[in-house]
Amino acid sequence: MSHDLVAIGASWGGLDAFRDLLRDLPAELDAAVVIAQHRSPESHPTAFRDLLGAVTRLRVREAADKDQLQAGTVYIAAPDYHLLVDPGALSLSTDEPVLYARPSIDVLLESAAESYRERCVGVVLTGANDDGAQGLARVFELGGTAIVQDPAEATRDEMPLAAIAAVPGARVARTAEIAQLLVELCGTAKVHA
Amino acid sequence: MAVQVDKPLPSSAEGRLDLETLELQLLLEGIYRHYGFDFREYAPASLKRRVWRRVHAEHAQTIAGLLERVLHDPLVMERLLLDLSINVTAMFRDPTFYAALREKVAPVLHTYPFTRIWVAGCSTGEEVYSLAILLQEEGLYERTRIYATDINEAVLDRARSGVFALDKMQEYTENYLRAGGKRSFSEYYLAKYEGALFERSLTDNVVWAPHNLVQDRSFNTFNLILCRNVMIYFDRALQSHVHELFHESLERFGMLALGHKESIRFTGFEDRYEDVDPQEKIYRKVR
Repeated sequence: MSHDLVAIGASWGGLDAFRDLLRDLPAELDAAVVIAQHRSPESHPTAFRDLLGAVTRLRVREAADKDQLQAGTVYIAAPDYHLLVDPGALSLSTDEPVLYARPSIDVLLESAAESYRERCVGVVLTGANDDGAQGLARVFELGGTAIVQDPAEATRDEMPLAAIAAVPGARVARTAEIAQLLVELCGTAKVHA
Repeated sequence: MAVQVDKPLPSSAEGRLDLETLELQLLLEGIYRHYGFDFREYAPASLKRRVWRRVHAEHAQTIAGLLERVLHDPLVMERLLLDLSINVTAMFRDPTFYAALREKVAPVLHTYPFTRIWVAGCSTGEEVYSLAILLQEEGLYERTRIYATDINEAVLDRARSGVFALDKMQEYTENYLRAGGKRSFSEYYLAKYEGALFERSLTDNVVWAPHNLVQDRSFNTFNLILCRNVMIYFDRALQSHVHELFHESLERFGMLALGHKESIRFTGFEDRYEDVDPQEKIYRKVR
């Protein structure tokens, strides 16, 4: 029932989707949120973090190697690195891109699933490829909860459609509903350190 | 007498994951005890991905199946060692880092009559050649010795050959220019067949040597140590161990350069250094 980790991936259209989703999450969300957004290594180093930080009450930071996961914090995958979840901590890798992507959403979701199992929520948002589908299947297979953005709402529906095809048991919802679902799944803590 | 084994094959994904975790531990233990390479404190998620790549390439079914081949065929061990030790990188990866080397580190090195630099975990050598080019352009190369080390001798041979994929040269040229390169990048290599052969003089002052960060001791003292995106494959305890090695291998006021997303916090050595460039993760040993 109680989930400790939310891993979310998005590609094309992800900035708006992340802003809509994170805007609705409470500061007390009792889970760490780890996100992978496909973006160029040449993009402005802090722009993405700042744009998300401006709309959410959660703490937002760029993921650094071996960061300890803390509830109420959003960790953003750096461009040009894979981001992986080990038990309790994040790890980076510069291994080859997977499905042309680094960070790869599959790599993030699979490692999150294997480290947190039924305490993991995986979310696939908008995108124009099929990254994330396999990772979401792993989340579901290991007893975690799989959520996909409603393709009708997504800026690009390819990624949500691929995820739904790979995980027929996934919950399909609009971003506002996903935020509610995450609160239900993870709960809220009164105080966090 | 019949013995009952009442442990069924795991039918669930969770059960198979538990078994896989056990198999991975056995593989690492087997490699350590038979070949002496210690991967037991590598960060598990990325290590497992690399191991599975080798399981598939060897047409094994499971990690335990790979263990059988690794123990009985040293060639399989060699191939696995390549998978586990090659860190993918690029020449002048993170151009802003090399710009900082030029602007903030090179002036300090100019104050020394002779400089020793350690590129720890140099893999296929991209960083070594980038550094050599930069030092040549800054007029420092003649009084520098670069010690380029890696756990894997086959990787060192490849690095020593100075041949890199031709189709990377466009990317490397862009990186070089963004890093403040002063010449035309193509002056440094000769395009032949499928490869770009880099100028021999770049390695005149490079010592290529096998060294295992996990198990070997310090072998010299240095004015600068580069270890970028190598320790991200280690767990936190192993990172602290390597930081101890670096700290004892640095001269006083020697500098340590890590990857952009690596942190010296929580290693136990953060108070031994001050920032040279916090963005670029360049530190100076002060105690």
